[in-house]
Amino acid sequence: MTERFDRAPPRISPFRDPRFRSIAFQVALCVLIGLAIYGAVWNAAANLARANIATGFAFWDHTAGFDISQTLIPYRADVSTYGRAFLVGLLNTLLVAVLGIVLATILGFVIGISQLSNNFLVSRLAAAYVELIRNIPLLLQLLFWYNAVLKTLPSIRESAVLPGGSYLNNRGLFLPRPEFHGLDAVVIALAVGILAALAFSYLLRPRLKRLSRATGAAVTAMLVVVPPLAAYFAVGASVAFDYPQMGRFNIRGGIEILPEFFALLVGLVIYTAAFIAEAVRAGLMAVPKGQTEAAYALGLRRGATLKLVVIPQAMRVIIPPLTNQYLNLTKNSSLAVAIGYPDLVQVFAGTVLNNTGQAVEVIALTMAVYLVISLATSLLMNWYNARMALVER
Amino acid sequence: MKRVVIALAMAGAATILATPAAAATLDDVKARGVLNCGVNGQLPGFGMPNPQGVWTGLDVDLCRAIATAIFDDPTKVKFVPLTAKDRFTALQSGDIDVLIRNTTWTLSRDTQLGLNAAGVNYYDGQGFLVPKSLKVNSALELNDAAVCVQQGTTTELNLTDYFRTNKMRLKTVTFATLDEALKAYDTGRCDAFTADASALYSVRPRLSKPDEQVVLPEIISKEPLGPYVRQGDDQWFNIVRWVLFAMLNAEELNVTQANVDEQAKSQNPEVKRLLGTEGNFGEQLGLTKDWANRIIKQVGNYGEVFERNLGEGSPLKIARGLNSLWTKGGLQYAPPIR
Repeated sequence: MTERFDRAPPRISPFRDPRFRSIAFQVALCVLIGLAIYGAVWNAAANLARANIATGFAFWDHTAGFDISQTLIPYRADVSTYGRAFLVGLLNTLLVAVLGIVLATILGFVIGISQLSNNFLVSRLAAAYVELIRNIPLLLQLLFWYNAVLKTLPSIRESAVLPGGSYLNNRGLFLPRPEFHGLDAVVIALAVGILAALAFSYLLRPRLKRLSRATGAAVTAMLVVVPPLAAYFAVGASVAFDYPQMGRFNIRGGIEILPEFFALLVGLVIYTAAFIAEAVRAGLMAVPKGQTEAAYALGLRRGATLKLVVIPQAMRVIIPPLTNQYLNLTKNSSLAVAIGYPDLVQVFAGTVLNNTGQAVEVIALTMAVYLVISLATSLLMNWYNARMALVER
Repeated sequence: MKRVVIALAMAGAATILATPAAAATLDDVKARGVLNCGVNGQLPGFGMPNPQGVWTGLDVDLCRAIATAIFDDPTKVKFVPLTAKDRFTALQSGDIDVLIRNTTWTLSRDTQLGLNAAGVNYYDGQGFLVPKSLKVNSALELNDAAVCVQQGTTTELNLTDYFRTNKMRLKTVTFATLDEALKAYDTGRCDAFTADASALYSVRPRLSKPDEQVVLPEIISKEPLGPYVRQGDDQWFNIVRWVLFAMLNAEELNVTQANVDEQAKSQNPEVKRLLGTEGNFGEQLGLTKDWANRIIKQVGNYGEVFERNLGEGSPLKIARGLNSLWTKGGLQYAPPIR
């Protein structure tokens, strides 16, 4: 016994120890990657300095001096900075991306389900849509929609007057803008209502199980809707509308929806919906036929079978490719530059880059923004995917 | 694993060591055998291929003149069409040797961008094009108008300045290229189209109803257009600038494509210095003695190039105006070769 403990353990070279070796290799790899990145940055900085090209982000606070056609936040060419222009562009990108994702999902699901319809005409039409749309480059489609919008709509002086004081022409759609008085009170009431609804569903969860689903939903909806309405009436129930007015050249006031925005949104939605439809079709076909037959055997109707049995199972297959399409749509929105929609690429990587000449900083920041948007989308979708995943017991 | 590490190490080392060779642009161009010249590509009279696919224009001919001075061959140019937005990056990164793309000379471009303007080959100013049907007689009546403009140009900034100074409201619609902006204007997306006055005249024939358009009298800015080169290569800067000066001096001395051989026998000392029969001015630039002789024989003097591309010899018929020689009341003035 003692003999065994006294003997020194056999000396082996650390390089023969698999654990040490793997750690050493990983450290070496990290150091090398770090060096490569450092080298690239240092190299770029040195070359920029040698070429006398300005570097750094000092331009961020300089006055922009150019105009932007669509601004979701206040922006003025004479006082706003390049940083502000960046925000304006970013918000425009997010607007088209979010709306595009919502609409493309709806259209994609409709087309995808239609492809599997028993109605010959419907399924063939849906299939034709997918084959036509996904095989034509998006840029061409955007140019097509933009020209279609500009060419078919009436000119400004022949504007179509829509009910409710709206105008439609090839400069855009002009709607009355509601102006609420006491808007802050309504917003606060809405926040309180949402918090109350959350608290309600959390605290009363055990009891809610006994209540029917519909009752729970109704109470939640009431909690969200009633306080803002009450606040709104309490402060005097006044809504004024800012109506668009025809000026010498253009329509002033109201909400303006640009034709560039419309063309981009329509183009992105129609294009992406074709891919989503394929993902949906694949997902639906992945659900074994026995499931449908079992649902029918239980006496469920076709619609209920789809809603309660097939789609919940299909979602597990659909979500990962769906995430891909969401990312694609967001990135594809940068094609806006071709049709004059002021998105991040057009405003920031276009005009700002050109006026400052700082290509490296501007492009790096633009890429970083798309990366962050994409990662955030992925994260959200992964979380949703995990929730939808089959829980095995 | 080992292979990956070695590959990465080599990549890292390569990145650190790979600084582009220091700038002797003339040597690079000679070694390559062709001049890379950044031009417009969409602007008749300045830079655009004609229907036969041959590049033509004032800027294009300046590219040819530089190539001729180096290679004695005006065809040794590769024309790189660039948008306003991409042009400076292309020059900074070395994709092109010289940028001659109706580019306005400004202070910040000379400082922030690491570039230098090497002269002015066209004195221009910004104007407005509007449909006659609008019954607008002055740019000052454009309050509240929608204006189509090309992105990344001084034009875009001047437009905002002009409307702001005159307390007018403006809606700009910006496009990446002049063509897209023009097309949008043509379909009625905007009330007015703004660009350099020369560009307005040059693109007007492309509109669906060119006769229904009017260029407003106001010129709202100074737009001295000229070639740009990278900073830090004075020899190359001098070559570009003196090729332009040689063409201007040739016009002033009445040395033309047709009479250059005769003029080479001239006893006028200024002509002798220009054509290289006296002194070694070309060699001082790093070229040959007969550099200017080559340019004039194969491309022409400034006046000839102007007439051919923009003036009476072209469909545009733009008057010389500010671009006349100083001896004829214009601004074009070249320092002496001596």
